Amino acid sequence: MALTGIQIFKLLPKTNCKECGVPTCLAFAMNLASGKAELDSCPYVSDEAREQLAEASAPPIRPVAIGKGVREAKTGGETVLHRHEKTFYNPTMFAGIITSDTPVEEVEAKLKVWNALQYERVGFNLRPELAALKDVNGDADAFAALAKLIAETSEFNLVLMSEDEAVISGAVAVAGFKRPLIYAATESNVDAFGKIALDNELPLAVKADSIDGVIALTEKLTEMGLKDLVIDSGSRDLKQALEDQVAIRRAALKDGNKALGFPTIVFPCEMASNLDMEALIAGMFVAKYGGIVVLSDLTTEVMFPLLLERLNIFTDPQRPMTVTEGIFEIGNPDENSPVLVTTNFALTYFIVSGEIEGSKVPAWLLIKDSEGLSVLTAWAAGKFGGDDVGMFVKKCGIMDKVKHTELIIPGYAAAIAGDVEEELPGWTITVGPRESAHLAGFLKAR
Amino acid sequence: MGFEIKKESYTGGIKEITIGKGDSAITVGGETCYPFYTFEGDMPNKPIVAMEIWDMEPEDWPEPVMAHFKDVMSDPAAWAKKCVEEFGADAIVVQLKSIDPNDKDASPESAAETVEKVLDAVSVPVIVWGCANPEKDEQVLKVVAEKCQDRNLVLGPVEEKNYKGIGAAAMGYGHTLISSSPIDVNLAKQVNILLENLGMPMDRILVDPTTGGLGYGMEYTYSVMERLAMASLLQGDDKLQFPMINNLGNEVWKCKEAKQTVEEAPVLGDPERRGILMEAVGAVSYLMSGSNIMIMRHPEAIRLVKAFIDGVSD
Ligand code: B12
Ligand code: SF4
Repeated sequence: MALTGIQIFKLLPKTNCKECGVPTCLAFAMNLASGKAELDSCPYVSDEAREQLAEASAPPIRPVAIGKGVREAKTGGETVLHRHEKTFYNPTMFAGIITSDTPVEEVEAKLKVWNALQYERVGFNLRPELAALKDVNGDADAFAALAKLIAETSEFNLVLMSEDEAVISGAVAVAGFKRPLIYAATESNVDAFGKIALDNELPLAVKADSIDGVIALTEKLTEMGLKDLVIDSGSRDLKQALEDQVAIRRAALKDGNKALGFPTIVFPCEMASNLDMEALIAGMFVAKYGGIVVLSDLTTEVMFPLLLERLNIFTDPQRPMTVTEGIFEIGNPDENSPVLVTTNFALTYFIVSGEIEGSKVPAWLLIKDSEGLSVLTAWAAGKFGGDDVGMFVKKCGIMDKVKHTELIIPGYAAAIAGDVEEELPGWTITVGPRESAHLAGFLKAR
Repeated sequence: MGFEIKKESYTGGIKEITIGKGDSAITVGGETCYPFYTFEGDMPNKPIVAMEIWDMEPEDWPEPVMAHFKDVMSDPAAWAKKCVEEFGADAIVVQLKSIDPNDKDASPESAAETVEKVLDAVSVPVIVWGCANPEKDEQVLKVVAEKCQDRNLVLGPVEEKNYKGIGAAAMGYGHTLISSSPIDVNLAKQVNILLENLGMPMDRILVDPTTGGLGYGMEYTYSVMERLAMASLLQGDDKLQFPMINNLGNEVWKCKEAKQTVEEAPVLGDPERRGILMEAVGAVSYLMSGSNIMIMRHPEAIRLVKAFIDGVSD
């Protein structure tokens, strides 16, 4: 919960020494409260005050970083229950299970398959990010060897799954450098697991069989000094699991419950008997608050839809996704290929380019910056008017690439045809179909 | 004291709307909490899955979906029967693709004839979905409404441009309407108010928020549905408390990735399973944001989604 200026003022030295750059401690406190100043500018705050301030300004759900290097990612850090209230920040992470008794060659092969699960979309590289190594026989050496293999040879970050202290410490010794998530501290091993996580500065998941049990564990670990925790409420029943996710998120955001202010980890792999059903359950957790979703395997048919869903749900609703302004070539166009123009709203671009591609007619697609608005929205907002579309066509360089002088505009933008023509003397402005579904037929019929 | 969930305080509920007639009638809606939040409210009627059939043979359905319907695609009545008997469809949606003026431009009479045949072939509720050309839909749905008098069809989409004609026909001949608007709470409300002012009984309305495909605008629909649910349940806005319907299969299966073959998209794996999961994961997203009727296409996606609904409800 944020502190007011007055509350902060009470924690400052009140000497008005001005070293922070403002005349009084009160002014400095006001600036801090409104985010205009950094606490570090005052050299005289006591450690105690510093701690209190940090605690008060901590996010209600702690963002927990997992992994090291290019694939380091955060889970948690969310501030709302519904994405339209602001946005969801840290996309649900997906993990696939590898059991500790899997032969090395099989693990290598699997990692190779998993590593190919990458999809380019709207300028993002979509991919699952975690391998969950699961101890199935207590063989600490085999577990450590696979942990090391995954950490050193793959881009996947790790979840180390065992409740056996020896198994976990062995793996942490060789794979700890990659900042794996340890799963899980339970009532019976919490002291030992807390110590491993603390000594190695690693994130630690807790597992209990109820939210009360979770709270007991997170409170105990927080007292030990741990901060990066992840919650498994233990339920493997679909209905109860949904309730738990909602309960935890609400408690953290609405009740300021610090003991539940952590991201969650959920296990569709233990809630269904086949991967397809796991995918649907995972889909529920992407929408409803799962921080890390563990699947029994990662396959392209499952990952592609889930990554699309995740992309949609975690897109910032206040900032539409855009593509860059410019000339896009579809299917090796030449100097006689048709030239079409549309807006830079990523969705519009994808739909239109998809349809042109489907038509198999090579074409030049011009993308005009319209601040990420769709055709009609952009037109209504004055970002896709005749003058600027015409001007854009002139300066984008398409005139050096084609011999003809015809421009196809979206059917919904028919109203701008006259103005575009004025801006592009000698050019023919053709109004295309309204719906891109008819684009292929339109292009083929020409 | 143990942990207690912080409950939402709802002030309203979604109306219960009955579609279909007699033994085949089904009630949807009625929830007094967010979707599946039965720990703090009721969801008396599980969401249902309606299967779509087309009134003309589709040309652009991907092969893996076609395979399940090939034998019946030329006969809407047989097609509908197969959906109900073999694939457990809770309702049938007749997509009137043939009436599109940009395509076959079929007559209102021929469309009505198809609907009648389907109605006679199945004993589940029948939903009739136009071609989204407001004028043509108005002409056609008026005739369909008359020819299928008192069968309580569900007719849509009805928008600002054609609510008068379709509304009058639905009132006169005893049908339910799908009030449709483009991903916007205020516009949704407006169409509902127009229908109410026209005299349309408010217990015969469903809302179509406009459905985006997975990866193709789903987030806009998802959020507008959450906002519609919030306005209905938290603010008790009685102009919005209607069950929602999503024309999902049509959106998902027309997108590029659902259609690509192995050769075209080797990294996307098995085309059939990929499409099934795109449709099913899309359905789960919309179920979590408040859908009451999911219109779907692939039998396996439907089986999965029904199992999911049962799992999260019971
Ligand atoms: C979502 C939405 C918004 C979102 C914006 C989302 C976005 N990134 O664009 C928000 C809520 C921000 C918004 C705002 C506004 N909106 Co608005 N919005 C919509 C809505 C519901 C959907 C738009 C959409 O995403 N379409 C999907 C994309 C993919 O469609 P598209 O870009 O048009 O592309 C299609 C075709 O044009 C075609 N196509 C595209 N490019 C090309 C190129 C060629 C060559 C061809 C042939 C075809 C083609 O293919 C695509 C698929 O068929 C529409 C209603 C509707 N159903 O269209 C209203 C709509 C566009 N908005 C409208 C209005 C008025 C506004 C506002 C001005 C409202 C206001 N008073 O504030 C503002 C303006 C924005 C601003 N000032 O910031 C009106 C426009 C009316 C008009 N005819 O002028 C509409 C039609 C709603 C309505 N009926 O009143 N809007
Ligand atoms: S530096 Fe610290 S003590 Fe000095 S005026 Fe600023 S806030 Fe007060």
